[in-house]
Amino acid sequence: MSAIKLGVPSKGRLMEQTFDWFAARGLTLRRTGSEREYAGAVEGAEAVELVLLSAGEIPRELAAGRIHLGVTGSDLVREKLADWQGQVADLAPMGFGHADLIIAVPACWEDVDTLEDLDAAAHAFRAAHGHRLRIATKYHRLLREFLAQEGVADWQSVDSQGATEGTVKNLTAEAVADITSSGETLRANHLKILSDGLIHQSQATLFAARAADWSGLAAPFSALCAQLGVPVPRL
Amino acid sequence: MAGKAQSRAIGAQLLAAFEAAGAVEVTPDILQPAEALLDLYGEDIRARAYVTADPLRGELMLRPDFTVPVVQAHMAEGAEPARYAYMGEVFRKQDHRGAARVAEYFQAGYEIFDREDPEAADAEVFALFAGLLKPLDLSATIGDIGLLRAAVAGLETLPARKAALSRHIWRPKRFHKLLQRYAGQAPMPESRAALLEGQGASDAPWIGVRSPEEMAARIETLRADAATAPIPSEDVARLDALFALRCTADRAPAQLADLGIAALAPAIARLERRLAALDAKGIDLTMLAFEASHGRATMEYYDGFVFTFEAADPGFPPVASGGRYDALTRVLGGGREIPAVGGVIRPGLVADLGGLA
Repeated sequence: MSAIKLGVPSKGRLMEQTFDWFAARGLTLRRTGSEREYAGAVEGAEAVELVLLSAGEIPRELAAGRIHLGVTGSDLVREKLADWQGQVADLAPMGFGHADLIIAVPACWEDVDTLEDLDAAAHAFRAAHGHRLRIATKYHRLLREFLAQEGVADWQSVDSQGATEGTVKNLTAEAVADITSSGETLRANHLKILSDGLIHQSQATLFAARAADWSGLAAPFSALCAQLGVPVPRL
Repeated sequence: MAGKAQSRAIGAQLLAAFEAAGAVEVTPDILQPAEALLDLYGEDIRARAYVTADPLRGELMLRPDFTVPVVQAHMAEGAEPARYAYMGEVFRKQDHRGAARVAEYFQAGYEIFDREDPEAADAEVFALFAGLLKPLDLSATIGDIGLLRAAVAGLETLPARKAALSRHIWRPKRFHKLLQRYAGQAPMPESRAALLEGQGASDAPWIGVRSPEEMAARIETLRADAATAPIPSEDVARLDALFALRCTADRAPAQLADLGIAALAPAIARLERRLAALDAKGIDLTMLAFEASHGRATMEYYDGFVFTFEAADPGFPPVASGGRYDALTRVLGGGREIPAVGGVIRPGLVADLGGLA
């Protein structure tokens, strides 16, 4: 018999909090086998199978339909999946894993506090330096959509997969767009958050894959949604 | 969806028609140097371009349109006046799915570089397209970014304000926020008020490429702005009325004149010449839509006359679009410029709608 494959982060605090969230709704998720083996079991629901994955891979697995349900950050789904609402349904925000995707600039820029300021500074910067104002990020799609919607011009994104807060001091970017929870790393690197520079408030979220094979799973899926207290989405 | 062979055949028909109208075919490379082009395009095309690396030539991109390479070729070696035609694939990444949202499609285009009579050239491109597309029963809309630019240039306020507004004509949300700010209709952000009162000093160390002098210059600009009277609300209302103006083309000059924006007079005169030229080519102005804001959010680098031909289905992209791009020739010409107007037709969409006569 086929089963609903539930993809869950395979380690760390995100995994523990995910297990707790399901446990509070009567579903016991647990790892099986050795500490290093990524296998799991589900108790308390019919036809649900646990798949342990890296949180960063869960959006792609959902998009491909290789898992039916997945827990990952809402930021990762929006960044990694084009037209994300066409690929997954947002079942439930889970109330943990909070992080804000923000735009930050050097704290020494006394004249820049808003997107309007950033746009004006970018225009003058481009004229003075012959290239657009660079924003270091790994969230290229979210940054682009946000700045396009806000009408900010004369910027370009540069890719930074880690230590993004250091790029300004290292002269490889003029600003950053990155995830922060407390803002401490930003302050330590002499950066400040734009007052209207909040791109997305992310949290761990349960998603359902539109591309997955749901045939024969309508009844167990309805039962699972009822148990989790979420409406059954149109997939 | 039309097959590639069918699209290509229609593209060939269009190309032949453009050549019959006096154009010389040009065949820009599919692989274009990325850096110079990316710098010219707005954020939308930049994000959608396929960029790749070449071991000898550096970063290259699959051409996202023909206009820029055609202008480059003309500015480098073209004789004037010139009429060019082209047909081939363009490539743009798509972020949304949908039958018409294809990443690779044909464009057939016609471009005129001519100093003598820009309005006649505008009408020539539009009428040529209208004639070819007639069997498809599309609805055409025209606009003129030059009217919007003239209205902004005519405001009685700081040149820096006019420059900032002019830069954002293509980004309506930012434009209107700035206009509200300059009109005193939006409160000054607290951080700016504090800065101008001398309370915004930061003790953070200076980091990054942007210099303290650049910051000082911007603060001076902000001070000058704060010391200047707001743009009168009547002027804002006139601009809003201009942006909202929609009517049939025959009534557009009178409706524009009624707005009471004195600075529009030369642009209205140009519109009248263009409409007369369209009329002379048999375009029925009472059936042609005029929208002052047409192309404002979507047709980057056009700075004068703009037009589209669209199918009844709103999910369908424009079958044809084009306009005047004098400023682009100035940027690419290294000091030289030439009035230029042109447009493209998408043969694949023409095929989907039943093909040409």
